[in-house]
This record gives sequence, C-alpha cells and structure tokens, in this order.
Amino acid sequence: MSTHQTSFVRASIIEASPAPARESGIAFWLKKNLFATPKDTALTIISLLILAWLVPPALEWLFIDAAWTGGGRGVCATIAQGGSQPEGWSGACWAFVNAKFSQFLFGRYPLDERWRPALVGILFVLFLVPMLIPKIPYKGLNALLLLVVLPIIATILLPGGWLGLTYVETPLWGGLMVTLVLSFVGIAVSLPLGILLALGRRSNMPVIKMLCTAFIELVRGVPLITVLFMASVMLPLFLPQGVTFDKFLRALIGVSLFASAYMAEVVRGGLQAIPKGQYEGADSLGLSFWQKMNLIVLPQALKLVIPGIVNTFIGLFKDTSLVSIIGMFDLLGIVRLNFADANWSSAVTPLTGLIFAGFVFWLFCFGMSRYSGFMERLLDTSRR
Amino acid sequence: MAIGVTNAPEKRKSSGSILNDSHVRGLFYQALTVIILALLVYWIADNTIENLRRANIASGYGFLNSRAGFDVGQSLIAFSSDSTYGRALVVGFVNTLLVAITGIITATVIGFIVGIGRLSHNWIIAKLSLTYVEVFRNIPPLLVIFFWYSGVLSILPQPRDAITLPFNTFVSNRGLTFPKPIFEEGSQYTILALLIAVAASFVFARYARQRQMATGQRIPVLWPVLGLVIGLPVLTFLATGSPLSFDVPVEGRFNLVGGSVIGPEFLSLYLALSFYTAAFIAEIVRAGIRGVSKGQTEAAHALGIRPRLTTRLVVVPQAMRIIIPPLTSQYLNLTKNSSLAVAIGYADLVAVGGTILNQTGQSIEVVSIWLIVYLSLSLATSLFMNWYNARMALVER
Repeated sequence: MSTHQTSFVRASIIEASPAPARESGIAFWLKKNLFATPKDTALTIISLLILAWLVPPALEWLFIDAAWTGGGRGVCATIAQGGSQPEGWSGACWAFVNAKFSQFLFGRYPLDERWRPALVGILFVLFLVPMLIPKIPYKGLNALLLLVVLPIIATILLPGGWLGLTYVETPLWGGLMVTLVLSFVGIAVSLPLGILLALGRRSNMPVIKMLCTAFIELVRGVPLITVLFMASVMLPLFLPQGVTFDKFLRALIGVSLFASAYMAEVVRGGLQAIPKGQYEGADSLGLSFWQKMNLIVLPQALKLVIPGIVNTFIGLFKDTSLVSIIGMFDLLGIVRLNFADANWSSAVTPLTGLIFAGFVFWLFCFGMSRYSGFMERLLDTSRR
Repeated sequence: MAIGVTNAPEKRKSSGSILNDSHVRGLFYQALTVIILALLVYWIADNTIENLRRANIASGYGFLNSRAGFDVGQSLIAFSSDSTYGRALVVGFVNTLLVAITGIITATVIGFIVGIGRLSHNWIIAKLSLTYVEVFRNIPPLLVIFFWYSGVLSILPQPRDAITLPFNTFVSNRGLTFPKPIFEEGSQYTILALLIAVAASFVFARYARQRQMATGQRIPVLWPVLGLVIGLPVLTFLATGSPLSFDVPVEGRFNLVGGSVIGPEFLSLYLALSFYTAAFIAEIVRAGIRGVSKGQTEAAHALGIRPRLTTRLVVVPQAMRIIIPPLTSQYLNLTKNSSLAVAIGYADLVAVGGTILNQTGQSIEVVSIWLIVYLSLSLATSLFMNWYNARMALVER
C-alpha cells in the first residue's frame, strides 16, 4: 500500500576502514604497553636497564664463554686453578654435564645393564604419549598398559634377580630414573588413596571420619623430611626382628602417603563444590554408594579440581628431590655427588650442574602445568 | 533396592535381611576398622618394644638432660658442647623460627610486588613477573637452596678479599659480616620509649576512629603517629647520651675481625625460601585482586572516589578476603620447608634432632618432638590467621 520511496539503499557493505594511524601499529603498541604514563615510562626504562645489565652477561656465561667439550676439570678451570682457561675466566662447564650425562640418567646402575632402565623409559614414553593425546582411541587398553603392564615390566626389569637378569640393588639406582620412578608410583598411589581419604573424611561413619581426618591433618602438619626420616628410621623399629625393608621402598611409601594427604584435601574441595542435588538425585535413582560416587559425583568433582590435582603432582615431583637428604641419589642427589669428583671439581661445576638439574625439573613441572591447562579447557563444558 | 513407601528414609525398617540395613553395615565396618587398627597398633608396639630391648635403648625423654657434646654453628641463645640435648633442641627451634619469620616477611614483600607486577598494564613488567613466577614455581626448593649455597655463596671470595658494601659490611664465602651494635648502659630507655610510642599510637588511632564514627570529623593520624614513633625514641636516645656503639669488622690477615656474622647456611636458606615462596604468594595476590569484580571499582568511581582511595578502601579490603586463607597455607609451607636446612647444615630443629637421633638412637622420642613442634606451629599459625580472617571477612546482615 505504501508508496514510500527510499531515496537511497546501500546495496553492498563498504569495507571497514583501517584504524587511524595513531591507534594501530608498532608505535601505538609501544605507547599503550610501555610508555602510557610517565610512571610507566620510568618503570620500562628501569626494567630495560636491569635486563641489559643481567641478560647479556648471563647468556655469555651460559653459552659463549662456556666450556662445551673436554675430558676433565682442566677445561673448566683457570690457569691459576690448574686448568687451561685464561685468568679471570668464568663460564658454564657443559663438558661436565656432557661427561656425566648417562650417570645423571641412571645413577650408578651397572653399565652393562643400563638397557633395562632405558627400555622401561622408552616403554613409558610409548605408553604415556598416546594417553595424553585425547584424539587417540583405545584409552582403556592404553591405561591398562601404562598402569598395570608397565609397572609389572618395571618391577621385573629394574631390580632384576630373576629370569636370568643380574640383581641390581636399589642403592645403585640413581639419577632421573629414581626421580621418575618415585614420582610415577607416588602419582599412581596418591590419587586413588587421596580420593579414598577424602571420601572417608566426608563419611557419616564417625570412626572412619575421625581416622581419615587425623591422618590427613597429621601428615599435612609436618614437613616431608620428617615423614622421610620416620620412614627410614622408625619403620625398621616397627617390624619384627629380621624383617628388613628396602630403603628405596621406604622412601616410596613415605612420599606416596605424604602426597595422598594433600591430594585428599584437594579432592575434598571438589566434593564440597558439588551441589547437594547431585547426591540426592543419585540417591533417588537408587544408586549404591559406590555407583553414586563413580558415576555421578567423582567425575564432576575431579574435573573441578584438575588444577589442584596437577599442582599436587608437581609438588610431589619436586618433593622427590628430598630423598637425597636420606641418602638416595635422585637427579639432584647424583648431580651433587658428582661435585665431589676430583676429576671435575672446579669453581663453576656446582653452578653448571645445578642449572642443568633445575632445567630438567623445570621442564617436567612446566610441561605438567601446561598440560593441565589444556585438559581444563578441553573438559570445560560449562562455558560452551 | 526396592523400598516400601516411607516418609523418613533414615529411619526406614529394612523389610529384608539385617545385612542390607545401612546403619548396621556402618556399625560393622567401623567395628572392623577399630579391631584391625587395634591389632596393628598392638603388633607395632610389641615389635618396637622387642627391638628397643635388643638394641639396649632406654625409651623416655631422660636423654634430654644429658650432655650434647656437639657444637651448633649459629645460635641466638648461649650454647656450647657442654649444654644438654634439650637445650640443643631449643636452639634448633629458635633457629627454625628465625628463618621462618624473616623468610615470611621477605617472601610476602617480593610476592606482593611480583603479584601486582603481573597485573601491570606495562607489558615488560607483566612479562618479567610472569617469568619470575614460572621459573621459581617449577623448581624444587631444595635445588634453589643448593643454588645459593654451592652455586653462589661458596664461590664468593675468601674473607680476606671480601666484597665491601656500604656501612662497613662485607660479603665473603663465610657469609655476611656487618657492624655489631653494642648496647651500652641506658639504651634500655630508648627501647622503652619505642614501646610507649607504639602503644600510644594505637590508643590515638583508636580514639581518632571512634571520633570519626561519632562526629564525622577526621583527625589526621599518619603524621602524628610517625612523629611519635620516630621522635620519642630519638629524643630519649639523645637525652640519655647516645648509648650505642658499633663493633666494626676490620680486615685482618686471613679473616675479618669483629662484627657480627650471618653464616652462608642461614643466608642460602633464607634467600631460597623467600624467593621460592614469593612465586606462590604472587599467584595468590594476583588471583585475589582479579577476584574483586570490576563493578566494585566502577561503582566507586561513579561515587566520585578517587582512584587511590578506591584501591585502598574498596579493592584491597575485598582482595584481602580472598588472599588470606591461601596465604596462610603458604606461610605454613615456608615454615615446613625450613626443615630443608638439614641438607646444608643450618642448625634448625630437624638438623639438630637428626644429630641427636644419630648419637642416641632415640628415634621415637626425637620424631615425636618434631611432630609436636611442627603441629603446634601449624595450629598456632592457623589460629592467628583464622582470627585475622574473621576480622576481615564479609560482615553479612
């Protein structure tokens, strides 16, 4: 009916015009992020000065002045110290790490038998990597291989003593191998045990609740080193005469129990965050306690506390370094043991060794925290 | 589970066997747990008594009164090798407290700076803070301790070529040597004046707050308090004739003579614990500030409150509520991590206890002392922090 005539109708959308020159480009970024206010400018300049003062000497020490190859302490010591470097030289002694590398991996494990831990390590990587990539199928089989088959193979291969393998006692174990075995077992034990303890703490059976609470609070209240001392000096007292426990096993028990208590608190946080309706819903469907927990509550609760769980794993991984105090040689312990090697002792050896060990620890922990962030985003069903 | 129509499920009468009654089952499981536990405890106690008898170790705390026979590197209270084991443990405890308290203060300061730095609009500051956090969070604290101890402090020059800092302070591989203050006769009045000034400041601040509540008038507090706390002790100090002198360290032929020395063990432990824990505190602070909703800031601005006052009166009090509980557990972690001292030979409670344990074999007694001390420290810290938290918590209607 309307005879209204539009005088102009745009037939096509015009291109968005570029942002004004002052609102884009490098100059804008610099202005916005580094020189927004006088205070910012001052902070930027101070930080740049500190960086310029610290970073080039550090890089020079680590890479340019470093001694990369060599067969003894000579390459890492100045002439006055009995070496070949000029007076006033200081740099990283990577030749030391290079020469001791296989010891850092396997400790004092016999040379001829090192294929055994190496094989276990390769299997570990082969089973772990597909487990971590969500797209790869057969997760059930994979978990079975990683959590059941691998530990069995490792218990046969690492100590040996049967199937024609020579027995390698645990005091000879060392290096990254010990760190990884301790953390793997600690992680594999502490998660289920921690869940059980958390459920026990929220149980309505007073005796169970009291025992779980007492255990959790007792362990969380004391430092790990006292737990390790307890495991190494008090456990033998508790056993009948003649029964001995391997020292490595004792440390393993100590570390696992310690991590379980922390894990229990993390899981409890998740359990508390699940609305009561979920519990009641499961009850009204007639599910048993374990069905309710396994199918309804725990999947939601654990998903909520993934960051906390991984933080506990990272803490556990770092805490394995403490076993060096009770006389075992994990990665940090074996690196420190080698400082005393007369063939390599020099002023820069300790720093180089510690930087190497720190880098390895950092790599594992940073990897774990990054993976947990990825997992969190993947499982986050609430925001999409 | 076919259950008849019941109104109160807890009181339901199981129509079938008594085995299906959850209440009865619960009682059964608990009784079973208690019996197993009792048997285990009995077995352990029996073995322990047998083992102690064989090893000829007399149980009990009597050993605490016998002569220690070892020396302690650094001690705040008088100790010699003739002192008792009990006193050695006290020395260790004081050393633990010393490193924990200084570490907590430093870690809090660094942590707050880095945490606020992570939220900075300045790209370079934010990235530097991020790097700090990611580096220190992912390295074992023990490694950081060794880094300072064998990587940095032990390769410093000998005392005779010590690095000289201002105020006659020297750094060498024997630690930090600084002038030792000597309090002469009359210096106690200065300390007394300081205490009086602090007490008076509290009273004054309280009065000012009550007056503002009652009348709306604000009395300036900061300047009078500063004047009181600094002025009164300084005046007393001058009036009593400056009763303070310094024992300045002098470079001798081989060693530094005089002054006070802080050993490399304490320094490495203190630095490592502070730097390590600061990374965690930084993340807590960042989360706390981010946790205050933006609407709060905007509302404050809409009311015409200036940005600085907004931060002080609106953002920080709310952020503190989020920050305090996790901060408490970090403080406890630092205290517990101070037990790593045993690795570098700083005489803390665990290191001293370990020595006693090796000498006397009284493992159960020593471990029980450790447990009691650390558990009470944990308890005391949580009580204090809970009290503080209750003061800061949201006042609900």
